[in-house]
Amino acid sequence: MLSYILRRLLLLIPVFLTVSIIIFGIIHLVPGDPIDNLNRIGSSPEQRAIIAARYGLDKPIYQQYFIWLSQLAQGDLGNAIVMRRPVADLLAQNIPFSLRLGGAALLFSTLLGIAAGTLAAIHKDTRIDRSVMAGILLGSTLPSFWLGLLLILLFSVELGWLPVSGARSWQAIILPVLTIGLGGTALVARVTRIAMLETMQKDFVMLLHAKGLPARRIQLRHVLRHAMMPVVTILGLRIGWILGGAVTVEFVFARPGLGTLLIKALNQHDYPVMQGCLLMLAMAVMLGTLIGDIVQAAMDPRVRHALT
Amino acid sequence: MALLDVRDLSINIHGIRPLDGISFALDKGEILGIVGESGSGKSLTALSVMGLLPLIGGRIERGSVSFDGRDLTHLPENDFRKLRGKRIAFITQNPMTSLDPVMRVGAQIDQMATLHLGLAPKAAQARSIEIMEKLRIPEAATIYHHYPHQLSGGMKQRIVIAMALAADPDLIIADEPTTALDVTIQAQIVDLLAELVRERGVALILITHDMGVVAQICDRVVVLYAGRIAESNRVDAVFAEPRHPYTSALIRCIPREETAPGSLVGIPGAVPSVAHYPNGCRFHPRCERRGEPCGAIVPALAQPESGGELACHFPGGAA
Repeated sequence: MLSYILRRLLLLIPVFLTVSIIIFGIIHLVPGDPIDNLNRIGSSPEQRAIIAARYGLDKPIYQQYFIWLSQLAQGDLGNAIVMRRPVADLLAQNIPFSLRLGGAALLFSTLLGIAAGTLAAIHKDTRIDRSVMAGILLGSTLPSFWLGLLLILLFSVELGWLPVSGARSWQAIILPVLTIGLGGTALVARVTRIAMLETMQKDFVMLLHAKGLPARRIQLRHVLRHAMMPVVTILGLRIGWILGGAVTVEFVFARPGLGTLLIKALNQHDYPVMQGCLLMLAMAVMLGTLIGDIVQAAMDPRVRHALT
Repeated sequence: MALLDVRDLSINIHGIRPLDGISFALDKGEILGIVGESGSGKSLTALSVMGLLPLIGGRIERGSVSFDGRDLTHLPENDFRKLRGKRIAFITQNPMTSLDPVMRVGAQIDQMATLHLGLAPKAAQARSIEIMEKLRIPEAATIYHHYPHQLSGGMKQRIVIAMALAADPDLIIADEPTTALDVTIQAQIVDLLAELVRERGVALILITHDMGVVAQICDRVVVLYAGRIAESNRVDAVFAEPRHPYTSALIRCIPREETAPGSLVGIPGAVPSVAHYPNGCRFHPRCERRGEPCGAIVPALAQPESGGELACHFPGGAA
């Protein structure tokens, strides 16, 4: 098992390199550059050239990439051009907020999704099934930034129960968690429901009934456990997705975090910060998949067996 | 009074009637074979007795199933559940897919004793291992901790049988318990089942498509065709003088020592699907003795003097 995890981590290196090239390329495709943000309007081309040279922006793009990569290999993410601070500091300051929000949103959508999917599967083709699935679908088809605004209007402006924005109190996290979490709930609920219904058709479930086990116990202890396998795979994929999805939501709720930092950096064309943020998101996606696979192996002896 | 008495059983699944007027009875210590090709309704008969029809969207439409004097057709699910596994045990067709793949096999046997006999986990484990040893599972204490995918098909079927025995049932229903196994293992499993029945005085319903197995261990046999009884009687009587042409055809399908290579014949055609049952006798399109009434009139299930039951317009043998 340990050697499997090590192998998977080693495999991340080529993926990581590819991703870094793509990130670097895309960022430089965005029109405009950071010098515009440092220059006074009307400064001469000579002054621009001096600034560009100071940050290495005058070099060909592939050279810039290798410089960045070699610094990265030494653990140096570079310095923010406009924000004038080490990128590592900016990330360290913002990532905990994103992790807290993403983690809470993932937990929320997972628990609600599994509960809804289980309820719907147990009451298949009844009114309960239809209304649960319709409600979940409605909650998740609304775009998250718009849902966020609606929630703010209702709970903060109209009812005054929760703060509009920021991250000063624990209540401030509730609305953003709802906003991000509702989106993922439908996926989890639908996968749980389908996987449970599929498992209920299996021979071994028939035999469990024939053994005289109570139906609830069969559904919750045996069927649900099997239905969790595809759900875990999806959750692994969603770890990165949720952090990415948090970008706009953090912005809507004016919360500090990776997303807010990324949008700020985008506006200022601050290349090193953008690269740092995107790299963190890419890492989250890669690690998320790995975590999903490891959890699945822990849950299923057949997967474990195939790995060792 | 018979332990299990099934009378005129008809079931309904999504508007169709795949079982129509099935009757049979069975006493303690008896082995009843239910024979027929795939699609004849053997497994549905098993599910009806187990009360598991609702799982596949079916229900009993007519007739009665009484077990130990109790009518099961109107038994509330919660009471039925307590019979299942405890007094009526089930052995499924495919041991490969019948065990929960993420649960250790021992724990799956334990469930029976903890659920039905109220044993503590430790006691249940000891009991499970003891049963496994009786079923000649080598190194039972080690196998106990294995997962299903680590075991062979024959071993898995022994685990399923151990599960069936764990709560000391009065009736075991085995639905083609050997079909999915290697030929060499098949005989072992059949012998094992027969031995258990004789030893413990359990009643056994053995569902099979193999007349050879019936001849080997059963006391009585019910021959099903397309959801109806063709013929039922004592095994010795049926083999001495099969009266329904379908029964004769099934018996001819048993390979024997004197069978010359290439001379083994099957039954031409196939069992019709439920949606396309022919009028009259359902076997008539494939029957070698069919005559005038067969395509129009359903032969009544009669009790001939030779014993048992028979539904044929032109029965063979003693008239």
